[in-house]
Order: sequence, then C-alpha cells, then structure tokens
Amino acid sequence: MDHIFFFYFAGVIAVTSLLVVALRNPVYSALALLIMFFHVAGLYVTLHAEFLAAVQIVVYAGAILVLYLFVVMLLNVKTEERYHDQLPVAGLLGVMLSTEVILLLIQSRTAAPASAVPVDTVIAPGNTELIGEVLYSTYLFPFEVASLLLLVAMIGAIILAKKDIGEGAQ
Amino acid sequence: MEIGLRLAVSLAQIAAVMGIVMLTVMVLTLAERKVLGWMQDRMGPMEVGPYGILQPIADGLKLFFKEDIIPSGANKFLFTLAPILALVPAMIGFAVIPFGPSMTIEMFGMQIKPFVISDINIGILYILAFASIGAYGIILGGWASNSKYSLLGGLRSAAQVISYELNVGLAIVGVILLSGSLSLVKITEAQAGGFWHWFILSMPFPQIFAFVVYVISAVAETNRVPFDLPEAESELVAGFFTEYSGMRFAFFFIAEYANMILVSCVAAALFLGGWNAPYPGTILAYIGLEHIAWMENVVWFAVKVYCFLFLFFWLRATLPRLRYDQLMRFGWKVMLPIALGNIVLTAIAAYFFPR
Repeated sequence: MDHIFFFYFAGVIAVTSLLVVALRNPVYSALALLIMFFHVAGLYVTLHAEFLAAVQIVVYAGAILVLYLFVVMLLNVKTEERYHDQLPVAGLLGVMLSTEVILLLIQSRTAAPASAVPVDTVIAPGNTELIGEVLYSTYLFPFEVASLLLLVAMIGAIILAKKDIGEGAQ
Repeated sequence: MEIGLRLAVSLAQIAAVMGIVMLTVMVLTLAERKVLGWMQDRMGPMEVGPYGILQPIADGLKLFFKEDIIPSGANKFLFTLAPILALVPAMIGFAVIPFGPSMTIEMFGMQIKPFVISDINIGILYILAFASIGAYGIILGGWASNSKYSLLGGLRSAAQVISYELNVGLAIVGVILLSGSLSLVKITEAQAGGFWHWFILSMPFPQIFAFVVYVISAVAETNRVPFDLPEAESELVAGFFTEYSGMRFAFFFIAEYANMILVSCVAAALFLGGWNAPYPGTILAYIGLEHIAWMENVVWFAVKVYCFLFLFFWLRATLPRLRYDQLMRFGWKVMLPIALGNIVLTAIAAYFFPR
C-alpha cells in the first residue's frame, strides 16, 4: 500500500517537474508546478510529516507560486521563446549530471541509514512539537543563520524597490 | 468490509456537512439582501414566496438555465478550471471544523466522531493551506477570460489575498501558543468553562487584538466590502468574474459565500469558544438531559457563526470601499505590526503564566 502511494506521488512529481520546463505557456508551467507541490506534500503525509505537508502548501503553493503567476500575468508573456536556443549547453549539463547520479547509485551499495529517531516517537507527541523543539535546540545555529539570510534579502529587496530612500533625508 | 463501512460513514458525514453548508449559502444569499434592505429602509426581495423566502431557489434556477458563454480569445481549459479551483478549496476546509462536542458514538462496532469529519492534528494549518489555494481560482479566472477588467481584478486579488493571508496566519499564532495545539478540536476544548475562558478574553493574555486583526483580514480575504477591490463594480465592471455566466458564475458566487462561512466557523472555534456555551457546562445537562446536551452546544456554535456572518452584512451596509493603495498600506503597515506585537506579548505572557 505504501509503495503504491510512493510510486504514484513520485511518478507525478517527475512528470510535472518535466512539464514545468517543457511547456511553452508559462501559466501552464505554473499550474504544473502547483500540481507538483501538492504531490510533494502528499509524499510528506505518507512519511507522517503532516506539519511539513501543510507548510509546503501554505508557503510554496499559497504564496510563492501566486507571486510567480502574478509576475507572469503582469508581463503578459504568451509563450516564451527566448530560452529555446540553449539546448546544446543544457543537454551537455544534463548528460554530465545524469552520469554523476548513475555513478553514485552504482557505487553506494549500502542500505540507507536508519532514521535517527524511530517513527513511533515522532508520531506520539505530534511532529509539530518535535520540529519546534529540534529547531530551537539542536539546529538553533543554522536556523538563526537562515533567518539572518532572509532578513538581508528582505532589506536588499526594499533598497532595490525604494529608489528615493536617501533623498528624503537631504 | 471494515474499510468499506468506514468509507460509507465518512461519505455520509461529508454529505451532511456539504448539505448544511450549501443550505447555509442559500439562506445567506437571501439574508444578505434582506438585511441590506432593512438597513437601508427597504423591504428586500418580496415577490417569490411569502416575504420572498423562495428567492434563493428562483436565483438558483435562473443561474442553472442561463446560457454558458465562453468569450472568444479566452483560454478554454483554464476558463473552465478556474470556478472549480475556487469552489473546491472553499468546501474542503469544513472537514476539520468541530460543529459540536467531541464525543464518540459506537456504531457498527466502530468509534465515530459525529461532529467533526476528520480531527487531524494540524487542523488549522490545513484550513490555511486550502484557503490559499482558493486564490488560484480567482487569478486564473481573471487571466483566462481575456478581458482587461478580469485581468485587473485577478491581479488585485492576488496581491490582496497574499497580503491578508499573512495577517490571518499571524493573528491565530497567539491562540495556538495559548492552547498548545493546531487541532481545532483541542483548541475548542481548551476554551471550555464559561466565556471568560474563551481565547478572546482568557488570561494570561486576551487575544482581543488578534481577534480584531483576524476579523478585518478575514473580510479582506473573502473579498467582501470594504475590501472588495477585485470586484469593484464602479471600476472593473465585476472584476475577475466579469466574463462568467450561468453555472460557472454561480460557482464563484457559492465559493465566496462558503468562504465566508468557513472564516466564521474558524473565528468561532478559535476565539469565541467554538461549541462551548458562555457558561460552564450546559443547561440541558444540569436538568438531567445529558444525552441531548450536544444540541445546546451545536446551537451555540451556530449562533456564533451567524453573528459573525451578520457582521459581514453589517459592514457591507456601512462602510465605503477602500482605495487600493490604502488597502495595501493598511494591511502591511497597520495590521501586520499589530499581529506581530500580539505574538510577542502572548509569548511573554504564556512563558510567565503557563496555563
């Protein structure tokens, strides 16, 4: 049963990811991306990570992709032709990357390492609480660094957008 | 057998909730016109049936038999998809709303919770996630119509929904901090025992500011007056659904009303104690009728939801529409700081006075 769900989600994710870059109409690409986000969330649910699934949809599907669509509509690009002469470069990179992946798959014969925490202990108190605890204890430093990065990006965006930022003071 | 029975029970519950929601939408379309009429010293609809109470059925029949027009140059696929994308997320959120006390009954040898379809442990996040998907229906409908009014309406709604969704999410963080759970069932249970335990008033830190932010943002998120910029008829004809007719238009219409009911249910469950009565326990339990005490709880939930829905009509009759830059400035520079400040204060209060 688990395997059926996994292969369904994984298959749809692979197909829609391809469609995102293959479709000519950018709005259809965005829709394919939306379907992909939903199936990634479904994959999280099968792993008992409901919190991640919900956050995946709230953040990516609910906010980021809406902004993408917003920009696509504002620019009103019907079909995008500009990037279609990149095939040789993209093909070369694709071949290199896929050989790398295949080599890695052949060399790593060992089984995947077992999860550090058994699944039952994660489910018992609810994974939302556990994520919170882990984020603010074990992974406190990476968490704070990520917040700082986001803050810097935000300030950068504001400075780029507000051209008259220094003029008021003069 | 077991799984089939469980599926049948779940489907029956879903059908019951959907039926109640659709019935409430019908009541609301009439109630809105009647309330607006009375507030403006008019009678409202009076022709169909006694006092016009059959008006929703007449409206439904009219929309059902209208010609379904797809404008030339419209993107047919997305034009068809958009109303469905708007309606489904609005209905799906009701799955985690507790309409009555969280009791279980034995039926066919199974434990059934009669008043909530599914008590998942991330209930409120589930609602937020699907509420954000509802925006796609509006945006894609606006884009696919191939009309500048529709496109402008869709773009406005995209920006508005993103801005105010953030405030909705931040406003409920305080409640989650106090209750220590994301499940709507557990949040409601944490507010039992009288109105002074409801999160809008409860110690250590009343969520009254969060409630105000939530109400305003909820009105904005459902595209209702005074935040109905996406469908401002004086500027954009009818906004994102200008080109829609017949049943497709009805889908957008039902989605808007279902969203209103959904945000009212969430407001009642999070801030106003859900199905808890404003006094400890229930009167029916005091006088010895414990087996039907759930009726009182359900009625209290309905009363709260309808009061909240009345507020929507009241606002529509009272307030003029905001200008678009005012709307954005209000969302980001007024509501967001209040919601963030509320989180900080609630966190401090919850740290020093753990419940």
